[in-house]
Amino acid sequence: MRIKNTLENYLFVSPAAIIFIIFYVIPFIWVFQLGLYEWDGILPTRSFVGLGNFKEIFFEDKVWWQAMRNAGWITVIALTFQNALAFLLAWACDRQIKAKNFYRLIFFIPPVLSEVVVGLVWQWILDGNYGLLNHWLLNARFASLARNWLSDPATALNTVAIVHSWKGFGWGFLIFLAGLQTIPRELYEAARVDGANAWDSFRRITIPLMIPVAVLVSILTILGSMQAFILIIAMTDGGPAYHTQVPVLRILASMRGSSRFGYACAQGISFGLILMAVSFIQYRFSRKARDT
Amino acid sequence: MRTIAYYKSKKIAVNLIIHIFLIAVTITCLFPLFWMVSSSLKTQGTIFKDMSLIPKELHFENYVLAWKEGGFGRYFLNSILYTTSVVAGIIIISSLAAYAFSRFKFPGRNILFFMFIAAMMIPIPGSFVPLYVLLNKLHLRNTALGYILCMVNVGLSTSIFLLKTFFDKLPRELEDAARIDGCSKIGIWWHVALPLAKPVLAVVVVFNALNVWNEYVLALIIFDNKNLMPLQRALVMFQGEFLTNYPLLMAGLTITALPIIIIYFMMQKYIVKGVTSGALFG
Repeated sequence: MRIKNTLENYLFVSPAAIIFIIFYVIPFIWVFQLGLYEWDGILPTRSFVGLGNFKEIFFEDKVWWQAMRNAGWITVIALTFQNALAFLLAWACDRQIKAKNFYRLIFFIPPVLSEVVVGLVWQWILDGNYGLLNHWLLNARFASLARNWLSDPATALNTVAIVHSWKGFGWGFLIFLAGLQTIPRELYEAARVDGANAWDSFRRITIPLMIPVAVLVSILTILGSMQAFILIIAMTDGGPAYHTQVPVLRILASMRGSSRFGYACAQGISFGLILMAVSFIQYRFSRKARDT
Repeated sequence: MRTIAYYKSKKIAVNLIIHIFLIAVTITCLFPLFWMVSSSLKTQGTIFKDMSLIPKELHFENYVLAWKEGGFGRYFLNSILYTTSVVAGIIIISSLAAYAFSRFKFPGRNILFFMFIAAMMIPIPGSFVPLYVLLNKLHLRNTALGYILCMVNVGLSTSIFLLKTFFDKLPRELEDAARIDGCSKIGIWWHVALPLAKPVLAVVVVFNALNVWNEYVLALIIFDNKNLMPLQRALVMFQGEFLTNYPLLMAGLTITALPIIIIYFMMQKYIVKGVTSGALFG
């Protein structure tokens, strides 16, 4: 009876466990295993190269590090511009407003659209020859500002980063707004009675209480922005030259372009470790900030 | 002393600035979509010259062309098929597991649950490389089943987590009553637990549906066969093949984006709930 009972319990979890083991655990182990080999993904033979792939990534692969810097730059823009915008909007909506639900509805439209749709629509707007943006700039006599936004090395990366922020700020906005709404109104009233002006209560009440939320949003932003790549496939495919290459695009290129499956896995491991380190450091940092 | 009029006008001025700011961002959010639809109604002959926001003649035939000749009808049905089967799979499989994690005791329960949670936390960029190898070995590459199973796996951890948290808080009286009436475990799960979980199930459905509909990279590595491709994959391919046929591309984009926007408007409540509950757990 007890054995039957236990078996029955396993029946409940087994579909999930089987799928999870086949499609998550096994690939997870394979990444670490394959990372040590040179393999084209097709031939039955593969040659063991030990840490050779990692040595190549860290000391020889200049494009990889350029991709890393590009993703880092996109992340910097997302952390500053995108999150500042998200916070300002949340703050503006929280202060009032009858139309709050309307704005909340609109600002989350870009996040629910796919990166492919967003990328292709913006690519059309930003097109150097026929795009609407350049058309407006020319008509408004700002002809000197018009350029090939996505194929000019000087602007491509920033343009991609701005579109990425456009797509992503709704997440931060929703989370910030939810956080702001948990702050008791009485705190603000008490502060006002004590003679604090709007700036004082913003600095002394809003900001300290929002630090944990801000850390959460930043971690999500870093993980999301560093790994962004589908938007880039749709807009520039990594060009011009390597100016909008990002790490995940490089992994995809190692696998599909140069058929180096082992190297692609090694890139994935290195990148994953860096991401985990960054979010761990930030988490610790936030604990410290919260405790003091 | 400042007068009441001063404070009133100050308040109005501040509100005005805030509203202008919010409205400006609203326009920035909506305009690209508006331009997408507007471009989809122009023709190949006029699209590069006619920059008007609302075209003089509306060419709805682009949608017919995209649906039939562009193959978007096929891709649309594929996306529908993948989205519904993945969501159905996730609902059944994750609610079974979450219910067991919450209610039953069995050896290995904690370690298994911990593994699901760990999978949620650890980023593995490039996990598509070993998945490609695996699917090749199982002869599941270029099959609908392979894609569906991979996508079920993608949604599993978060769904189990959300559902288990819900079941943990759910009082057990109803289930106990059903047991006394002689209902089997599976019967209680189906007749009692699932109906009670409707609000969370809605969150799980919406998030996974959006996720599958918008998915690109697994579709990229799994499908070479055009007839099996979902919309996102087909759009990028279409753009590569018909580089400058913008009206048709924009029609395809509209066909892809429209169902998402409709679902979003209908289910917005659950999306806000999902995002903020995810946020609070962090």
